[in-house]
Amino acid sequence: MEAKLKELQQLAQQEIREAGASEVLEKVRVKYLGKKGELTEVLRGMGSLSAEERPLIGKVANEVRESIEEMLASAKNLIKEKELLARLSSESLDVTMPGKAPAVGKRHPLIQGMDELKEIFIGMGFRVAEGPEVETVYYNFDALNAPPNHPSRDMSDTFYINDNLILRTQTSPVQVRTMEKLKPPIRIISPGRCFRNDTPDATHSPMFHQLEGLVVDKGITLADLKGTLEVFAKHFLGEHTKIKFRPHNFPFTEPSAEVDASCFKCQGEGCSFCKGSGWVEMLGAGMVHPNVLRNCGIDPEVYSGFAFGMGIDRLVMMKYEIDDIRLLFENDMRFINQF
Amino acid sequence: MLAPLSWLKEYVDINMAAIPFADKMTMSGSKVEGVEVLGEGISGIVIGKILSIEPHPNAEKLTIVKVDIGEKTLQIVTGAKNISVGDYVPVATDGAKLPGGVEILKGELRGEVSEGMLCSQEELGIAKNVIPEASKDGIWIINEALTLGADAVEALEAKDEIVEFEITSNRPDCLSMIGMAREAAATIGGQLKYPEISLKESDEAIDPSFKVTIEDHEGCRRYVAKVIKDVVIKPSPLWMQARLRKVGIRPINNIVDITNYVMHEYGQPLHAFDMDYIEGNQIIVRIASEDSFKTLDDVERKLNDSMTMIADGKKALAIAGVMGGAESEVTAKTTTILLESANFVGDRIRATSKKLALRTEASAKFEKGIDPNLAIVAANRACQLIELLGAGRVLKGVVDTYPVVKEERQFDVRPERVNALLGIELSNEEMINILATLEIKSEMVAGKIRATIPTFRDDLQQEADFIEEVGRIFGFDNIPATMMRGRVAVGGKTNGQMIEEKTKDNLNAMGFNEILTYSFVSPKSVDKIRVPEESIKRNFVRLLNPLGDETSVMRTSLLPNLLEVLSRNQSRKVEEVRAFEIGSIFIPKSAEAVDLPYEISNLVLGLYGDNEDFFTLKGAVEGLLNKLGISDYYFEAEKHHTTFHPGRCANVILNGHILGTVGEIHPLVMENFDLHKKCYCAELDYGRIVMHTRVDKLYKQLPKYPAITRDFAVVVRDTVFVKELEDIIKENGGDLLESYKLFDVYQGNQIAEGHKSIAYTLTYRHKDRTLTDEEVSKVHETIVAEINQKLGGALRE
Repeated sequence: MEAKLKELQQLAQQEIREAGASEVLEKVRVKYLGKKGELTEVLRGMGSLSAEERPLIGKVANEVRESIEEMLASAKNLIKEKELLARLSSESLDVTMPGKAPAVGKRHPLIQGMDELKEIFIGMGFRVAEGPEVETVYYNFDALNAPPNHPSRDMSDTFYINDNLILRTQTSPVQVRTMEKLKPPIRIISPGRCFRNDTPDATHSPMFHQLEGLVVDKGITLADLKGTLEVFAKHFLGEHTKIKFRPHNFPFTEPSAEVDASCFKCQGEGCSFCKGSGWVEMLGAGMVHPNVLRNCGIDPEVYSGFAFGMGIDRLVMMKYEIDDIRLLFENDMRFINQF
Repeated sequence: MLAPLSWLKEYVDINMAAIPFADKMTMSGSKVEGVEVLGEGISGIVIGKILSIEPHPNAEKLTIVKVDIGEKTLQIVTGAKNISVGDYVPVATDGAKLPGGVEILKGELRGEVSEGMLCSQEELGIAKNVIPEASKDGIWIINEALTLGADAVEALEAKDEIVEFEITSNRPDCLSMIGMAREAAATIGGQLKYPEISLKESDEAIDPSFKVTIEDHEGCRRYVAKVIKDVVIKPSPLWMQARLRKVGIRPINNIVDITNYVMHEYGQPLHAFDMDYIEGNQIIVRIASEDSFKTLDDVERKLNDSMTMIADGKKALAIAGVMGGAESEVTAKTTTILLESANFVGDRIRATSKKLALRTEASAKFEKGIDPNLAIVAANRACQLIELLGAGRVLKGVVDTYPVVKEERQFDVRPERVNALLGIELSNEEMINILATLEIKSEMVAGKIRATIPTFRDDLQQEADFIEEVGRIFGFDNIPATMMRGRVAVGGKTNGQMIEEKTKDNLNAMGFNEILTYSFVSPKSVDKIRVPEESIKRNFVRLLNPLGDETSVMRTSLLPNLLEVLSRNQSRKVEEVRAFEIGSIFIPKSAEAVDLPYEISNLVLGLYGDNEDFFTLKGAVEGLLNKLGISDYYFEAEKHHTTFHPGRCANVILNGHILGTVGEIHPLVMENFDLHKKCYCAELDYGRIVMHTRVDKLYKQLPKYPAITRDFAVVVRDTVFVKELEDIIKENGGDLLESYKLFDVYQGNQIAEGHKSIAYTLTYRHKDRTLTDEEVSKVHETIVAEINQKLGGALRE
C-alpha cells in the first residue's frame, strides 16, 4: 500500500510538472485528489488495514496528499504568472498612437487676455464695472473734459447715432457713471467693447476693446499711479519688466503720460518687435483732471485720482504675435483652438 | 513736426548727439517719432563750375563737359540737358559715394573718358517733393558762386539730423523752431537765444491813407501789414533753401521762401500780396459775401458766410488763414508787396478749412491757436530777412490793427498741492526755477507761487496744468513708484460677472468655443434669418456715419453673426464647430432714438458636425441651465419661428416666459448663409438666465436603501410628445419615484403605422427603508394606467 502511495505521488508529480495550463492542472487535481480521485480511492481502502498498519499508512497517505497539494499550489501560481504575462504581452498597445481628448472649448483669445488683465487688477483691489456700448456725447466726451472741437469728436473718428448718441470710443464713460454713483474711495476697471470710425485693415478695426482703470481717494499721487502700473506690468509681461512714463496730453487727465514697457520679447535689448528701441507702447495714464472730478460731483480739493487705459486687442496681439487684428473677429475655429 | 538739429542749434546750445537729445525731449513731453540722418554715406562730391559743353562724337544724346573743381579740371560725359557754361554744380569725382552705396568711378563712355558725374538733387538724397523747379529734371544748378573744389555736402548743407516731433494738441506753441528750442532749453538746460531783429527800413513811409479794417472780429484778432517796394524776385540763398528743404518745403523764390521760413521759425503764417492788385488802398477783413473764389492753386472754391475773407475796397483777395487768391499772388513781375502777418481765430479757420476740404500749413497752424503778440515779431523778422536777402525795400512804419491786446495772465499755484499730487518733495525755489526754464516767470506771494503766464501758453489754465509742467521738467522718471495708501479695497467681480464666468466655463467644458463678433451688422442680416416684417427686430438703432451698409445698424439678434461664423468655418473646411457668443442686442427705447437704447444681453450657441443633431444642442442647453441651478424649465415645440426648421424647433420655457429658442436652422436660412452642413443654433435671453441662476448648492444625503427599477413600454400615436408622458409619470410617481429615463423610441415592425413605442426605466426608492414589490407595483401600475387612459397608450407586450 505504501508502495502504491509512493507511486501515485510520483505519477502526480510528473503530471503536475507537465501541466502547462490551469485547466490541465485542475484535471490533475481532480484525478488524484477529487472525490473519485486515485489517492482518495487508495485512502478509502484503508479500512481494510490492521490497527497497527493504519496510523503508519495514514501518515504516509497524508504526506503524499500534502505534497501533491503543495505541488499543485506552486504549479498553479507559476502557471497563473505565466498566463498573466502572456495576457499582458498580448494586450500591449502602440502607446504612440494619438490620444482621444475630450473636446473642450476655449475662451476667445482676446477674452483670455482681458481676463488675465482683470485678474491682475482684481488682485490689487479693483472692482470690475460695466456700461453701455451706445453712449451719450455727454458721458463719452463732455464729462471727460474733451474740448468741443476735439478731433476725436469728428464723424470721421466717432460713430454717431444722432447728435446726442454715439458708440462709445472708450470705456471711460463707465468711470464717469461710477463716480456719479459712488463716493470715494473708488477703485474700478472697466473693460469692454469700443468703436472708432476706422476701416478694417491689419492694424485697425472699427470695433476694439479697452480696459480702463480709475482710482479716486484722498491723497492719491502720480507716484501711486507709477507704483500701480509697475506692479501691473510685472504681472502681465514678466518680473523683469520696466516701465517708462512719457509726458503726454489727454483731456481726461492732467498731468498725463504715455507709458512704455520694456520690450518683453528682447527684455529691452532692442529687437525687430520693438523696432530696436527696447520699449513698447503699453497704455495712456494720468491724474484725473479736476474738471472731470467736478463734473462727477467730486471735490478735487479733497480727492485726487488717477486713471489709465489700454487697448486690449493690441496687447493680446503683441503677446501672441498675431499680425492681423482681423483674425480676432473672423472666429476661425482653427485660430481660436490655438489658445 | 520736423526740426533739423542744425536749425534748432541756432537758438539753443545742444551739446549732445541727436539720439540722446531725442530721448531727453521725449521724456520731457515732446515725443520724438524718429531721427532722420541726412547726407550719411556721401563722400567725394565737390563743387564744380562748367567750363565748356561739347557734343559727344559717338553719341547724340551725350555731351562732353569740362568742369573746374578748383585744383583741376575734369572731363565728364553726361546726358544732362539743363546745364549751361558757368553753372555751379555738384560733381562726383572718381571714387565718390552716393546714398545707397552707389560708387562713382572714372571710366569711358562710348569711347570718351569720363572722370566723374554731375549730380542731381535726388542723387544727393534730397526728396523729390522739395526739389525746386529749376533743378527738377536734371543736374542741381547751384545759384551761388561757392568755392570750387569744396566738399559739396558741406557747402550745400546736405548733412543734418532731422528730429521728428509729435506735438500734442495743447501745445501749438511748439509748432515752430523757436517753440521747440524753448522746450529743448528747458529740457537739457540752456538759454534760449531769440533772433535779434533790427530793421533798416527805407525813408519812405507807408502811404498814410492806406488802412486796414477788421470787420469780422470773431474771425480775426489782429492784422499787421508791412509794405515792401522795389521787390526783386529771385531764388533765395542756399542756406535758406536747405533749411526749408529739411522741413519739407520746396523752395520757390525769395519772397515765398521768407514767409515760409518765418512761419517755421516762429509758427506765425505770413502772406504776401502783390500790392498793385489791391484796389482802394485798403484791406478789409470781413465775412465772405461772394459765392466763390479762385485760390492760388487755380481752384474755384465755394464760399459761405461762415468764412473770413481778406478783401480790398472792391473784391476778395484771400480766404483768411487758409489760402491766398490766384490773382493777388506774388509773381516774377511783382514789384510791391503787402506783407500780412495776421491772427485768425482757430475755430473759424478749422471750420472753413473743413468746409472747403482744404488744409494748408497756414490753416493747420491757425486752427490750433496762435499768440496774437507774435504777429508783429514775425512781420519784422520777415522784413529783416527781405532786407538781408536784398529782396526789396521795406517801407517805414507798420499798419497794426489790434483792437484787444492780449495781456499776460497771472495764476497762483500752491506748492504743497504740486508735491501732494505728484508724490514728491520739491522746494518752492526748485518749482520756481523749473517754471523759469519754460519762460514762466514766478515768485512767492503769500505762500503761493504767483506765475505770470506768457501769452503763447493758453494751455495753462488750472493748477493741474502747472503741476504737469513742474512734473515733466522735473522728470516723471524721477518720481518714485509707490503703492496706494488708505483704506484697503476689496476687489472683485459682481455676481453677474461671476455667473458669466461660470456660463463660459460650462460651455467651454461642453466643447463650445467662444466667438467675438461686431456689435453692428447689415440691416439685411435680419432678412437673412427670415425675421418677419412686423418684428421688433427690424427696429434698429442706426448709425449716421457707418463704414458701409454691412455695419450700419446695431444688432437686434446675435444669430446672423453666429451663422456667418459657422458659414465661414464651413467654407474653410472646418469639419466640426461648437461656438457661442455672449453679447448685447440693441432695441431703441423710443422711435426718435433720443434715449439710450435697451441693451439686452443674449447668448447664442451654434454647432454643426457629422455626429451632431438637434439633441446635442438641446443637451448642451439643458446641461448649461442645470449647471447654473435652473431646473424648472421645459421645452415646447415651436412651429412658427421662421429662422428654424418648423418640425425641429423648441422654445425653452421658464416661469411662463420664453427663455429662448433651440432648433435646426431652416433650409432657406442655410441657403442665405451659404451653409451646406446642417446647423443647430440656440438663442437665449441671457439676462433672464443670470436672473434665475442659483449657484448655492445643498448636500443631499446619499441613498442608504436599495432602489427598485421597473421598465415599461407603451405604444402611442406618433404626434404624442414625450413630455406629455413625462408629465404623467411625474404627477403620479409621488414620493417613491426617484427618477425616470427614456431608453427607447421605436417605430417600424410590429408597431401600427402612425404610432411609436416609447420605453422608460423608472427608479423607485424610499429614503428610510427598503421598498416592497407591492408598494412599487401599486405606483407603477397607476402610472401606466394613467398613460393608457390619457394618451391612449397601450402597454406594449
